Amino acid sequence: MTRLTFLIVVLGMLVASGAKAASGSYPLKEANVDLGDEASLYRGAQTFMDSCSTCHSASMMRFGRIGKDLGLSDEQLAELMPTETTKPGDTIESHMPAGYAKNTFGIVPPDLTLVARVQGADWLYTYLTTFYADPDAPWGVNNAAFPGVGMPHVLAAEQGLLQPVYETHGEGENTRQELVDLKAPERPGTMSQEAFERKMHDLTAFMVYMAEPAALLRMHYGPYVLVFLFIFSVLMYLVKKEYWRDIKH
Amino acid sequence: MMNNLGKWVDDRLPVSRFWNAHLAKYYVPQNFNFWYYFGSLLLVVFVLQIVTGIWLTMSYKPSAEDAFASVEYIMRDVEWGWLLRYMHSTGASFFFIAVYLHIFRGMMYGSYKKPRELIWIFGVLILLVLMAEAFMGYLLPWGQMSFWGAQVIISLFSSVPVIGPDLAQWIRGDFVVSDATLNRFFALHVIALPLVLLFLIGGHIMALHEVGSNNPDGVDIKENKDATGKPVDGIPFHPYYTVKDLFGLGVFMFIFAAVLFYWPDGGGLFLEHPNFIPADPLKTPEHIAPVWYFAPHYAILRAVPDKFFGVVAMVTAILILFVMPWIDRNRTRSIRYRSTAFKVNLFAFVAAFVGLGYLGTQPPGPIATLAAQLLSTVYFGFFVALFVISRLERTKPVPERLQ
Repeated sequence: MTRLTFLIVVLGMLVASGAKAASGSYPLKEANVDLGDEASLYRGAQTFMDSCSTCHSASMMRFGRIGKDLGLSDEQLAELMPTETTKPGDTIESHMPAGYAKNTFGIVPPDLTLVARVQGADWLYTYLTTFYADPDAPWGVNNAAFPGVGMPHVLAAEQGLLQPVYETHGEGENTRQELVDLKAPERPGTMSQEAFERKMHDLTAFMVYMAEPAALLRMHYGPYVLVFLFIFSVLMYLVKKEYWRDIKH
Repeated sequence: MMNNLGKWVDDRLPVSRFWNAHLAKYYVPQNFNFWYYFGSLLLVVFVLQIVTGIWLTMSYKPSAEDAFASVEYIMRDVEWGWLLRYMHSTGASFFFIAVYLHIFRGMMYGSYKKPRELIWIFGVLILLVLMAEAFMGYLLPWGQMSFWGAQVIISLFSSVPVIGPDLAQWIRGDFVVSDATLNRFFALHVIALPLVLLFLIGGHIMALHEVGSNNPDGVDIKENKDATGKPVDGIPFHPYYTVKDLFGLGVFMFIFAAVLFYWPDGGGLFLEHPNFIPADPLKTPEHIAPVWYFAPHYAILRAVPDKFFGVVAMVTAILILFVMPWIDRNRTRSIRYRSTAFKVNLFAFVAAFVGLGYLGTQPPGPIATLAAQLLSTVYFGFFVALFVISRLERTKPVPERLQ
C-alpha cells in the first residue's frame, strides 16, 4: 500500500463514520431538495405561512430576508406576511398563546427555524408525508418517521388519512407489530397523493432554506473561490518547479 | 532611500538577522515529501482561527440567555458572518486533521529522537492545549451537544478520589454547566489558551530551528558540510520551501474551501446535528457523541468499565506521547530503514486510532464496547511493543547522505 492510498483509506473511514444510521424501522424517503428552484421555495413558504405558522414560530427567519433571497416582488412578500402591519424586519412568530398551546397539545409547539438542520431534509419530507390512521393515538394519527407523534395531522383534509399495513413479528409475549407500508386513504382528500407530495416537497425545500439561508450564498460564492484556489495552486506549482530547477532532486 | 531606512532599522532591531537565521539562511534537507507540508499549514490554520475568532467575538454574546441566538445572528444577519463562522468551525476540524497527520509524520520518521526531544515535548503540549481550546470553544454555541458534551466531560473530574466533586464544581463555577461555565470557557477560549498556544508554538519552532529539521531518510544533514559550513544536502528554507509550501497551502485551502462551501457540517462530524437545538438542561439527548477529533479518546474512556480508571486511561493515552523519545530505544530514525515489525506495529496503532475514532462517535453496545477494549489494547500495546522492538529489531544501514 502506497502512502497516498493509505491516507485516502484513513480519510475514507473518517467520512464513512459520519454516515448517519437510520432511525426507526420505516425507510426515509428522499427529499431531493433543490435550493436553486425559487418557485418551489416560494410555494413552500406559502404553505409554511398558511399551515405551520399558526402554531409554530420560526423566530430566526425575517420576512425581508425571504423576499430578498427568493427574489420576491413587494406584492408576493406582502402575501406571505400575516398582517398588514408586519414589517420586513419582523420574524415569523406564532400567534397562538403559549398557555393555550400547552393545554391543547401538552407542549408549546417547537420553533421550526432550524428543524431541517437537526433532522435532515429526508426525515422532514418523510415526516410530512407519512401521517397514518392509528385509533390508539390521542389525535387518531401516528407517523412513520416519528412514532408516537404529538402533532395532529393538520393537512388531513388535503391528503386524506393513509392506512397502515402492519406485519406481525415474534411469538407469544414478544409479538410486536411493525409498520411496513402505507395504503391510500379510504376517503381521499382534496388533493391527489402526487400533488400532496409535491406540496410537501416544496415545504421541505423551504424549511431547508430557512434553516440555513447562507446555503444560497455558499453555493453562489463557492465556485469563484474554488476556481481561484485552483489557479493559485497551479501557479504556485509552476513557481515551485522553476525555483527548484537547480536542485538535483 | 529604502536601503538607508533598512539599515537604520537593522541597527536598532535585528530584522535581517532574524530573516536570515529563520528563513533565507536556515538550511533544511532538500528531500521533504508530502508529510512535511503540515507544519507550515498548521501555522496558517492557527492564524486563521485567531483572525476569524476575533471577528466572531464582535457579534457573539457569551451568556446562556443569548449565546445560541447570537450564533444564528452571526449566521443570518452579520455581513459575511456565515463565512467567518464556517471558517472557524471547519478550521477547528482541519486543525486536528493537520495535527494528527503532523504527529503521524513525526512517528514515521522518528522526529522525536535525539536531539529533537524538546520539539516533540512542545508538540505534545500544543496538542494538549489545543484539545482544551477546542473543548471550551465547543461549549460556546450553547447547543444541546455543547451543553451535554461539557456536562459529561467536566463530570469526569468528579471521579477523581477525594477532591473530585469539589474539583468539578470549581471548574464549572456552579453545580451544573451554566452561564458561569460559559463565561469562563469564553474567557479561556478567546484569551488564555490562544496565548499559551502562541508561546508553545514559539518554543516548538525555536527548538526546531536550533537543531534543524529531520527528514524522510532520518539522515543528519549537519554531518556533511561544505567548505563554507553549509550542509551539502541542505537548501535554504527561503525561497525553496516558501514556494513549495505555498503550493501545499493552495491545495490544502482548495480542500478546505470545498468542505466549507459545500459540506460545512461534514455530515454531522464537523457540526453535529443536535447542536442546532438550544441547550436544554432538563432534556438529556439520547446519544451524546463528542466531535470526531475527541472520538478516539472518548472510546478509550468508555472501554474501561470503571469511571475513574477510564479517565486515567484516556489521559494516559495522550500523556504517554511525552515519553515517546525514550520508549523508542532505536537510534535509526526513519521508517525507511526500520524492521517490518516496527512498520506493522505503527500501522496497527494508526488503525486502532481510526477504529477508536469511529467507535467513539457511535452509541455504546456490547459489541462496540468489546471492539473498543480490543482497539484500546492495541493502542497501548503499540508503546509496549515499540519499547521491545526498538531494542531487538535489525535495521537496514542508514546512508551517509540523502537518497
